[in-house]
Amino acid sequence: MTCESAAEPAWRSYGVRRRSTTAVRLRVSAALVAVTVLAVLLVPPLVRLDQQTVDLGSKLLPPGWAHPFGTDDLGRDLLLRCVYGLRISLLVGVAAALVATVIGTAVGATAGALGGWVDQGVMRVVDTIASVPHLLLGIFIVAMFRPGVWPVVVSVALTHWLSTARIVRAEVLSLRSRPYIDAAVSGGASRWRVAVRHLLPAVLPRAALAAVLMVPHAMWHESALSFLGLGLPTHMASLGNLVQGGRSSLLAGQWWPTLFPGLFIIVPTLAVAGLAGAWRERIDPRRRSELML
Amino acid sequence: MLELRDITAGYDREAPVVRDASLTVARGEAIGLLGPSGCGKSTLARVAALLHRPESGTVLLDGEPVRRWRHRAPRGLRTAVGVVFQQPRLSADPRLRLADLIAEPLRATGRRDEIPQRVAELAPAVGLTRDLLDRRPHEVSDGQLQRACLARALVLRPRWLVCDEMTAMLDASTTAALVAAVEDYRAATGAGLLAVGHDHTLLRRWCDRVLRWQEVTGRIPPATPGLPRTSGPQQPADVPPAGDR
Repeated sequence: MTCESAAEPAWRSYGVRRRSTTAVRLRVSAALVAVTVLAVLLVPPLVRLDQQTVDLGSKLLPPGWAHPFGTDDLGRDLLLRCVYGLRISLLVGVAAALVATVIGTAVGATAGALGGWVDQGVMRVVDTIASVPHLLLGIFIVAMFRPGVWPVVVSVALTHWLSTARIVRAEVLSLRSRPYIDAAVSGGASRWRVAVRHLLPAVLPRAALAAVLMVPHAMWHESALSFLGLGLPTHMASLGNLVQGGRSSLLAGQWWPTLFPGLFIIVPTLAVAGLAGAWRERIDPRRRSELML
Repeated sequence: MLELRDITAGYDREAPVVRDASLTVARGEAIGLLGPSGCGKSTLARVAALLHRPESGTVLLDGEPVRRWRHRAPRGLRTAVGVVFQQPRLSADPRLRLADLIAEPLRATGRRDEIPQRVAELAPAVGLTRDLLDRRPHEVSDGQLQRACLARALVLRPRWLVCDEMTAMLDASTTAALVAAVEDYRAATGAGLLAVGHDHTLLRRWCDRVLRWQEVTGRIPPATPGLPRTSGPQQPADVPPAGDR
């Protein structure tokens, strides 16, 4: 047995192990994402319990049979609160990632396809915006509106489209000089037609991947804003609000109102990131890397 | 007449690839342009197809000077010159089926109604069978893809055809079939041809007149960098073998 494994070339066993860890990571991530999505979609209609029900008699109960995650300082069931919070966080994350990807793709494709001074100008604007810390910029944007879901989506989207714009621009620049674009131009295609028919379809897979990779970012950003009290109003509590709400009881030794919402932020976002990472390795096997978040 | 006069072109203003190149392709004439790898033939071919703006010099199509290039060139002038490139893999949009690849110029110029008829005419002319037309570029061979690229170049009935090393990647029988397809088209329409390449045997058989790079630019092409003359072929590629001289 030992003899056989010693005879195995080192690169080979390394490759096999590497592939299997990738496969395990992919399966675990996919399972977690599936559980998350199912929970978010099915729990609210199936479990006819009101997450807002206040029961002051059972406030701050530790995790137990009746309340698996315990209760908060108003006696509300934390498991239910977390599922509803995840629902809001996921909604905001996905919506913000979609909006950011649309903006980023449009800007990046325009800059890359037009080139010249338009490209230079647009990319300097992108650099300028990127040089301001995301959270600070996000706070400015949120502060301009009344609290609600859409201001948060806008705030996250407007601070996160920059990386997509850079990726799409780089991709378009590399495609633009391919002979098939020359052939299309020679065949009478207008600039618009080249962009829409030949360039955009080629960058869409990359943009879609960027969108999925952005979902965890957007969820974290939303949680941070909510934690700071600038995000969603408390009646539509997101995970960030829940962590913020649990903070006051943390020093009194009640850890569950902070821990469980925190886990609900971390685990689904890592699962989405793991799934996107596996996808990236599939479409771009040359650029193997660890989860680049 | 497709005329290139004193063309200087390149990708860096400081170091142009092509200097003072001049050549003329009359209607119905086939011109071969021979030059070693890296001398600037492809750049000159791109200029002739209005795909690259030269630093200086004039391009005239039937006496009409070209003032704008690439997308900005008037569509009528751009489509008057058909191009076929060396690498079919890079010159075909990987998402289009071969039939769509061939029809794409008709779509781009708003002549959709001609598509079925033109594709049905051109596919047999370049030797593509019906089942190949439904495949995508990654499902066909280089030779089959280059046939489709030639059909795409011919679909708008250009008055000139620029073939930039069209057959360099292909075997002899495909080369013969593609050259025959070009010649059939030229016989039917009287189009001019600029065939760029380094295969002097092929170009001398194919073209009415073969120009060597130094005849076009008035200077000896530079040696390929990094390839000492002693280790490569003893003869520069554009010098014909003794028997052919």
